[in-house]
Amino acid sequence: MDQKIRVLVAKPGLDGHDRGAKIVARALRDAGMEVVYTGLHQTAEMIVETAIQEDVNVIGLSLLSGAHMTLFIDVTKLLKEKGLDDVLVIGGGIIPEEDVSKLKKAGVSGVFGPGTHCDDIVEFIRKNVKK
Amino acid sequence: MNEFAAKVLEGDPRSIAKLITQAENTSPLAASQMKKIHPYTGKAYVIGITGVMGSGKSTLIYEMTKEYRRQGLKVGIIAIDPTSPFSGGALLGDRIRMTELATDNGVFIRSMGTRGMLGGLASAVYDVVEILDASGKDIILVETVGVGQAEVDIIKIADTTLVVLIPGLGDSIQTIKAGIMEIADIYIVNKADRSGVEQAVAELESLIDITCIDKDRKTPVLTTIAKQKKGIIELVKEIENHKNYLKKTKMFELKRRKRYEAELVEIIRKRLMNFIFDESTFKGKVESLIDKISKKEVDPYSAAEEILGKILK
Repeated sequence: MDQKIRVLVAKPGLDGHDRGAKIVARALRDAGMEVVYTGLHQTAEMIVETAIQEDVNVIGLSLLSGAHMTLFIDVTKLLKEKGLDDVLVIGGGIIPEEDVSKLKKAGVSGVFGPGTHCDDIVEFIRKNVKK
Repeated sequence: MNEFAAKVLEGDPRSIAKLITQAENTSPLAASQMKKIHPYTGKAYVIGITGVMGSGKSTLIYEMTKEYRRQGLKVGIIAIDPTSPFSGGALLGDRIRMTELATDNGVFIRSMGTRGMLGGLASAVYDVVEILDASGKDIILVETVGVGQAEVDIIKIADTTLVVLIPGLGDSIQTIKAGIMEIADIYIVNKADRSGVEQAVAELESLIDITCIDKDRKTPVLTTIAKQKKGIIELVKEIENHKNYLKKTKMFELKRRKRYEAELVEIIRKRLMNFIFDESTFKGKVESLIDKISKKEVDPYSAAEEILGKILK
């Protein structure tokens, strides 16, 4: 059997800066994962429906606008509502230190700020993905 | 019936998605469930969309889907992108052009990597068509990878094959080349707001006219501007015309039979390759033969005969 880690990389909200998300998507592909990239301006509903249809193991959210406490948590809440408890959620962007523990409590298992090495994200996913 | 297959028949998105994953991973569970859903398949009409990179296939699919939804039909979309032969990973980006469809519960979109298949399709695509068909989709749109000239496998699976081109691709020599220029049931010149449309259409039509094969149906050439929703209704009508033509001439049954033939061959191929290269007993044998070939102790033909001899006896 040939199992591949499938990852959804999405940018919720209105922020249009997708360079970071694209770099991460590329790095995950180069690590042998299948990356579904949906682009900008995603609602929580779009992200969760896409995660269901694409049967992803991981959702990577990217946000640089500062609205992560609302938009990331909207996604984790909706995932819980829909019973998708086997999906690993990670987030990246400009996220202040004091928000990290709150996000983790809300179900964003890994938070990666500026300066993160792509390899660290790959390793985190491999270690924590539920198969 | 097992609950998994039953839920697919009910159209439950999570069960559809999970079964597709199992099929992509060629799991034994997938095989058992595929056996159960097969009797419920064959109702959906399958449309293949192929064409060069950047010709606007995803945008066309988005607009076609909106038209089919307006008609009250349920749509399944299979969007295939290439798997990297080096890392085994894939960047599946076709959804970028279709984000509005994500929350429509009459639409199911699945992105697939080719996972080593050549020909523009993914190995599990036959399974995915069957799963979406069984789940009650009326129309299944299959988008191939952006093709060059030889990726023609889409005709094995599609009832109607659309070949999407754009103006200014090259002179008439290009269009006579073998491969994707031979498989169209309908040609589309997309991005028809660009210059060179008339020339592109004229070249295609002269190409169609110079064929020596007797045909009672002339391949139509349509122009579209998908981004501006132009030509979409006409395209959907032309697909319906082709469907009626297939039904009238009994070619429909023939096409379906070819699809099952291709599916059968693919299942056998996959199982055989897994048997030879994955099973612990044979893999060792294969490796040692490769070593021997490298050292010129044996030639590749004799090595292949040795492996096949063990299987066929």
